[in-house]
Amino acid sequence: MTALPDMPLHTEFDSIDALRTALRGGKASALELAQSALQAAQAASSLNAFLHIDPELTLAQARAADEQLAKGQGGSLTGIPIAHKDVFVTRGWRTTAASKMLADYVSPFDATVVDRLRQAGAVSLGKLNCDEFAMGSGNENSAFGPARNPWDPDAVPGGSSGGSAAAVAAGLVMAATGTDTGGSVRQPAALCGVSGIKPTYGTVSRFGMVAFGSSLDQAGPIARHARDLLELLDPMAGFDERDATSLQDCDGVPNAPGRVRRDFDEALRLQDDAGGKPLQGLRIGVPEEFFNESLSPHIAQAVEAALQTYESLGARRVRISLPCTRLSIPAYYVIAPAEASSNLSRYDGVRYGHRAQSYGDIADMTSRSRAEGFGPEVLRRILVGTYVLCHGYYDAYYLQAQRVRRMIADDFRRAFAEHCDVIMGPVTPTVAKRIGENREDPTADWLADIYTLGVSLAGLPAMSIPCGFGGAGKPLPIGLQLIGNYFGEGRLLAVADRFQQVTDWHQRKPEQQ
Amino acid sequence: MEWEIVIGLETHTQLSTESKIFSDSSTRFGAPPNTQANEIDMALPGSLPVLNRGAVERAIQFGLAVGARIAPRSVFARKNYFYPDLPKNYQISQFEIPVVQGGSLRFFVGDQEKTVNLTRAHLEEDAGKSLHENFTGPHGESSTGIDLNRAGTPLLEIVSEPEMRSAAEAVAYARTLHALVVWLGICDGNMQEGSFRCDANVSVRPKGQAQFGTRCEIKNLNSFRFLERAIQYEARRQIELIEDGGAVRQETRLYDADRDETRSMRSKEDSDDYRYFPDPDLPPLAVTADWIERVKAGMPELPAAKRQRFEAELGLSAYDAAQLTMDRAYADYFEQAAAQLPQGQAKLAANWVLGELSAALNRDEARIEQSPVQPAALAALISRIIDGTISNKIARDVFAAMWAGEHGGSADAIIEARGLKQISDSGAIEAMVDKVLADHPAIVEEYRAGKQKAFNSLVGQVMKAARGKANPQQVNDLLKARLDAQGLS
Amino acid sequence: MAITDQDVARIARLARIALPPQDSARAQEELNGILGLIEQLQAVDTQGVEPMAHPLSAHQDISLRLRDDAPAPGGIPQREALMANAPAQSGGLFLVPTVIE
Repeated sequence: MTALPDMPLHTEFDSIDALRTALRGGKASALELAQSALQAAQAASSLNAFLHIDPELTLAQARAADEQLAKGQGGSLTGIPIAHKDVFVTRGWRTTAASKMLADYVSPFDATVVDRLRQAGAVSLGKLNCDEFAMGSGNENSAFGPARNPWDPDAVPGGSSGGSAAAVAAGLVMAATGTDTGGSVRQPAALCGVSGIKPTYGTVSRFGMVAFGSSLDQAGPIARHARDLLELLDPMAGFDERDATSLQDCDGVPNAPGRVRRDFDEALRLQDDAGGKPLQGLRIGVPEEFFNESLSPHIAQAVEAALQTYESLGARRVRISLPCTRLSIPAYYVIAPAEASSNLSRYDGVRYGHRAQSYGDIADMTSRSRAEGFGPEVLRRILVGTYVLCHGYYDAYYLQAQRVRRMIADDFRRAFAEHCDVIMGPVTPTVAKRIGENREDPTADWLADIYTLGVSLAGLPAMSIPCGFGGAGKPLPIGLQLIGNYFGEGRLLAVADRFQQVTDWHQRKPEQQ
Repeated sequence: MEWEIVIGLETHTQLSTESKIFSDSSTRFGAPPNTQANEIDMALPGSLPVLNRGAVERAIQFGLAVGARIAPRSVFARKNYFYPDLPKNYQISQFEIPVVQGGSLRFFVGDQEKTVNLTRAHLEEDAGKSLHENFTGPHGESSTGIDLNRAGTPLLEIVSEPEMRSAAEAVAYARTLHALVVWLGICDGNMQEGSFRCDANVSVRPKGQAQFGTRCEIKNLNSFRFLERAIQYEARRQIELIEDGGAVRQETRLYDADRDETRSMRSKEDSDDYRYFPDPDLPPLAVTADWIERVKAGMPELPAAKRQRFEAELGLSAYDAAQLTMDRAYADYFEQAAAQLPQGQAKLAANWVLGELSAALNRDEARIEQSPVQPAALAALISRIIDGTISNKIARDVFAAMWAGEHGGSADAIIEARGLKQISDSGAIEAMVDKVLADHPAIVEEYRAGKQKAFNSLVGQVMKAARGKANPQQVNDLLKARLDAQGLS
Repeated sequence: MAITDQDVARIARLARIALPPQDSARAQEELNGILGLIEQLQAVDTQGVEPMAHPLSAHQDISLRLRDDAPAPGGIPQREALMANAPAQSGGLFLVPTVIE
C-alpha cells in the first residue's frame, strides 16, 4: 500500500493564481517549492508517475525563477512546479516515450510546448510516465512499469498520459502537460479525479512531440481545475512556424497567447452579468449514443447529476444524436495505427535509440532493434497500420476510415449548428480498472475509447472535469466530458469553471495515510 | 523478328534552392559530413517538415516551360521504405496529385524532330549518401558510413511517357531536358555532383505489337554516355533473353560502367509496397493563378519561344534554332551577334556560332561566357565576309588570330596587318586569269573536251596565284567568261 | 478476408520487425481479431463522401504554409549535438553494417 507523502508546499495553495501571488509577494520561494516537490516525488516513487527526475536541472530552473522574482520580473508561471509527459522532447532530461527504444535518448532541442512554458517561468520537476509512444489507455504499456492511480494504487491512472494525471492528483505538481490523440488527456484526468483539456487541433504546436498519430495528436494540460488549465493552455497555445499543421488564426483571430484567456474572460463576464442563472441560454447537447449499454450505472448517475447541476445554473439540455459514434472506433484504429506505423519507422537503431547487440546485415539490425525496442502494443499497432496502408487494402481501410471521419465531423457540425452550444457526456464507460486486469484481449481497451475518439477525429476541443465517484469496489473518480465547437476552448473552460464554482469534486484529494 | 525498344525516362533534378525542401539546412555541395543536417534532416523524435517556397517556384517555372498544367492543389505523400540513407524511413514525395501535370519536350535526334510527352513532374526530398569505404562498426563488423548532408535536398522528378524508341532518342531527350533546367536556372545541371540523374525504364516488344513488354528500370545513370550504353545493353539483353525462350522479369537494375552491362539490383515483385498515403504533417499545397502569373513574369524567355522567334523572324532552320537554344548563353551570344548584322544575315551568324566558335570553345574547354571573341567582334568579322573584304576561308584564319588576341582581337586590324584583303578588283583578277590560262593550256584543253573538273582545277590555280585572297565568286565568273569568249574565237 | 501467416511475414518484413515463429502465430491471431473490429468500416455507405485527411478541413480551407528559402549555417558543433545519441559513428558519419547494393 502506498502512503501518500507529506504534501509538498505548493499544495497549500488552491490555484496557480494564488501560488503566483504568494511567489510575487515573497511569501514563498521557487527554490523551496522545488525542493519540497522533489522530496514529495521521491517519497511517492511507488506511484511510478515520474520516469526521470534530475534535481540539479530542476533546482537550476527554480533559482533562475527566484532571480526573476527578486527583480520584479518573470512570466505568468514563474516558479510554478509542473512536469512534462515523456513524449515532449527536452534538453537535459531524457525523453523515452516510455519505451526501451529511447531509454537513453537525450534530445538536443526542446519541444515548443516545453519552451513556451519555460519562457513563462514554469519550473519542471521532470518527465512523466505514460503508455509507450502514447499508445494505450491505462499507462500499463509503459516499458518502465505502470503508473498507479493515487486514489487506489492497484488501479490504473488511465492513459496514455497516466503519469501526468497521477502526478497532479497526488499533488506532486501544480499541473502537467499531456497529449491527447484519442482521449489520452481526458481519460486519465477523469480516472484520477482531475481536470484536463485537449484544445482544437492546430492551436498548440506539435513540434517536439514524439509523433504518434499526426492528424490527431494535440498537447493539452492536466491540472486541478479549469482556471489552472487556462494558466497553462494560454501560453502553450499559439502559432508555431516549425509545425506546418499549426494554425495562424482561429476564425480570424490570431492564434497566439492571450486568445484563450480573452475568450474565457469574455464568457465569464457574460455569465456574471446574467446573475442568478449564469448559464441562461446555454444549450447542452447530450448524445443519445453516449448512454448505451456499455456505460456503467455509476457513471451514468454521476453524469446525470452533473447535468442537473448545469440545469440549475440555467442551462438547458437538448437530446442530440451523433449517429456515427460507434464507427469512431474502427475509424480511429485504422487511421492512428496507419500514421503511427509510418511515424515510428525512424526508430531503426541507425542515428539514435536502441540498437540490437548482435545482428547480421542492416535489415537484420533494424528488425531486431525494433522487435527488442518496442513493446507488444506498439508492435501490434505498427503491424495493423502497415497492413491497412498496403496496396489493395488502402482504399477499403484507410481511405474508407478517412471518409467515415468526415461523417463523424459532420455529425458534430450539425449538432453545433442546429441544436447546441456545448456537448456533454461521460468520458469513460467505467471507472479505473485494476492494473493487470483484462490484458489478454488487446482490443478490449480500444472499445472503452468510444466517447473520446470522435472528438479527436473531428479535431474539436474537449475537456474532462471531475463530477463524482463510483465503481463496484472502492469509490473511484468519475469525469464529465465537455465538448466545444472549433476554437471554443476559452468558452469551454468558462463553462467548466462555472460548474467548479458550485461543486467541490475538483477539490477532493486522495486519502493521505 | 523485328523488335521495337520502348523507353521512358524518370529524371531527378536537384533544385537550385539555397536551403533544403523541408528544413533550412544549406544545400551547398561539399561540406564535411553531417554538418548540413539538422534535427529535421536527421529525423530526430519530434521534428516536423516545413516546405520551402523556392522549391515550389522552381517547379512552377518548369511546368510553365514545358507547357504543363500546374495543379491548383497538390498533395505531399509519404513513400514508405527502409534504407539507412533515408532518415525517416519514408520519403516525402508526391503521389496521386503532383504539382506539375502533363507537358512536352521537343528536340532533335540527328536532323529528325521529335516530341515526347511528359506524364508529370513532382517535388520530393533527396536521400543521404552511403559511403562504402571500409569502416568498422562497434562489434568489428564491416560498416558503411552514412552522410545526411544531401538528405532533404529538393528534387523535381520529371517523368516522361514511354515514347522513346532508341537509346539515341533517350539521350537527345535527356540532353534537351538538361539544357532546359539549366536555362531556367532551376538546376545547376552538374551531373558529377549528382544534380541531374536519370532512371531509364526499358522494355522490348515485337514491332507492331500494341501491348508493352515487361520493363526493367535502370537506376541512377548520371552521364549521357552511361545512359546510352545502359539502354543499348539492356535492350539487347532483353531481346536475347526472349529469343532464347526466356521471359523478362520486372526488376530494378544498375549499370556497371566498368563491365558495360546492367545488373539486377532487386526483383521488383519482391520489392517494397510503398504504402503511399497523404502526409498528415503537410496540408495540401495551393498554387494560385496569381502566383503562377508572378512566376511567369519573372522568367527568362523560354527556349521554345526563342526558337520560334529565331525561325520566324531570323529565318533560321528548325535544326539551327534548336541547337542555339540548348543553352541560354549561346542563344544570347548569337542574338547579340546577329543584331549587328544586316537584315537576313542571321544564318551566317548561326553558322559561325555553331561552327568555328563552338569548335574553339570545345578545344579550349571554355564556356561561351569566357570566349575571347565577343559577339560584337564576331559580327564585325562576319560583316567583312558579307561586304566581300575577305572570303569565308580567310575569315577562319582571321578568327583564329582574333581568338589568340592578336592586334587586340580586332578583325580589321588583323586583316590590315596581314594584308588579307580579298582581291576584288576585276582588272587584277582578269590579269591573273589570263596568266593561268596561258600557263596551263593542257588543262584548258581538258575543259574544252568537256571535263568539268578541269574548270575547278583552273579556279584553284587562280586562287593559288592570288594567295587565296581573290574573291572566289568573281574568279569563277571571270574565268568562265574568258573561257567562253576564247571558245568563240 | 483473413490474414494468413504469409501476410504476417510480409507485413513484418515491410515494417522491419523481427517476428520469431511463436510471436508470429500470436500476431496473426491478434491481427485477425483487430481486422474483425475494423471491418465494420466496409459496411458503411460512404458514397459521395470525400476522405478527410486534415481534421480542420471540415471547418475551414486548410492549405500548406510555405517557408522562405533562407539557409541556416550548420557546422561541426551542431553535428556533435545532433549525433550525440548515435549508436555508432566515425569521422562525422553514422555507421551501419555494410550495405550491399
